[in-house]
Amino acid sequence: MMPAMEGYWNQLRRTRVWKSVFRSGTGTSNLHRSQVVQQSIFLHLLAVKVRKRAISFRVTWYLGTLSTATFAILVITGIPLMLYYHPSAPQAYADMKDLQFVVTAGVFLRNLHRWSAHAMVLLVFAHMFKVFYRGAYRTPREFNWVVGVILLTLTLFLSYTGYLLPWDQLAFWAITVGSNLLSAVPLVGEKVRFLMLGGHTVNANALLRFYVLHCVILPAVAVMFLAIHFWRIRKDGGIHTGELKAAVKEDIPHA
Amino acid sequence: MSEILSAKEQVPEVTRRETLVRLGVGSFALAACGACLFGYKFLSPNVLYEPSTVINLGQPGRFSPNSVTADPENGIYAVHSAEGFYALSAVCTHLGCLTVWKPDASLIACPCHGSKFDRHGIKLEGPAPKPLPWLKVWLSDEGDLMVDRGAFIPPNQYIRT
Repeated sequence: MMPAMEGYWNQLRRTRVWKSVFRSGTGTSNLHRSQVVQQSIFLHLLAVKVRKRAISFRVTWYLGTLSTATFAILVITGIPLMLYYHPSAPQAYADMKDLQFVVTAGVFLRNLHRWSAHAMVLLVFAHMFKVFYRGAYRTPREFNWVVGVILLTLTLFLSYTGYLLPWDQLAFWAITVGSNLLSAVPLVGEKVRFLMLGGHTVNANALLRFYVLHCVILPAVAVMFLAIHFWRIRKDGGIHTGELKAAVKEDIPHA
Repeated sequence: MSEILSAKEQVPEVTRRETLVRLGVGSFALAACGACLFGYKFLSPNVLYEPSTVINLGQPGRFSPNSVTADPENGIYAVHSAEGFYALSAVCTHLGCLTVWKPDASLIACPCHGSKFDRHGIKLEGPAPKPLPWLKVWLSDEGDLMVDRGAFIPPNQYIRT
């Protein structure tokens, strides 16, 4: 940062308003730096200190961060798409076509949403394999692996519910086939399919239910589990670097 | 006196706090069960605006002899064979895709996973686990050919006019 800019920056951080929002103040000591993390609701999920090795590319390939980034893109592009989309049959198909050909930047948002969705599924799987092959699922991180499995399931279900929303032939038959797969589950399969579709066939009820699941329920649940997932990384001793457990404990105070 | 004491000893001591906790947990569990039932009942639609399963195919005369007529809107085939009329479900028994009648090959094919059936619904190849079901067919009072696509019947039952 340029010296003049840094002057303004420090001046801003000394103001009463700034201090009322960010209690950590202006210092550059390690104490102040850790306070910045501890006193922010967004940062406090993360560790105050990490070892250099834990943030090197080769340890994680940043797959978890990239998965989160695609999720952020999906939320940011998904909300504006909702403004031009009615979850009703057959209007949904026309709205999707309007987004492609009539709405300014509609095709950009739609395609970004679509490609990010594909990328997220890919990245979440890659993340799982990376964690698996590095043995990062082992004690004390076994619960975070379970949370990861829940997040993988949520990712797939988000992908599946989004599949129906264009309300075209591909969507209709994909959900017909998928929901018929579900009905093969012993005892409860048929009933679960009926509740999920809100009827016996893929129809207007199914479209509305999938829309609510896709836009409200599943993202909300995913955000909750993401928070647990990130918090557990810190609580379980930081990112697994493949070093001895004893070394991890010594390296990270207040983990 | 001693008898009363021994009887008292057998009664387990339950404090007021424990009783209240049990009552609280119990009513919470009851409310949770009620909420589950409420959710289940709410999510099950009481009225479905789905089309009727009974289809009027019109006068039998419109189907030429030895013909298979697809009705993709209703997901059925109306077949006029030498033995008489019958109807098949056009919904693939594999995963519910709509099959198509291929007049050139004289067979029914599913576009999703490649199952094939003959005009009697018998499976020729593919992943379908069962033949295409035969549907209940009857003549209305007006002489129209009626089909109930929700009513499966054993095969080889024909309607003659």
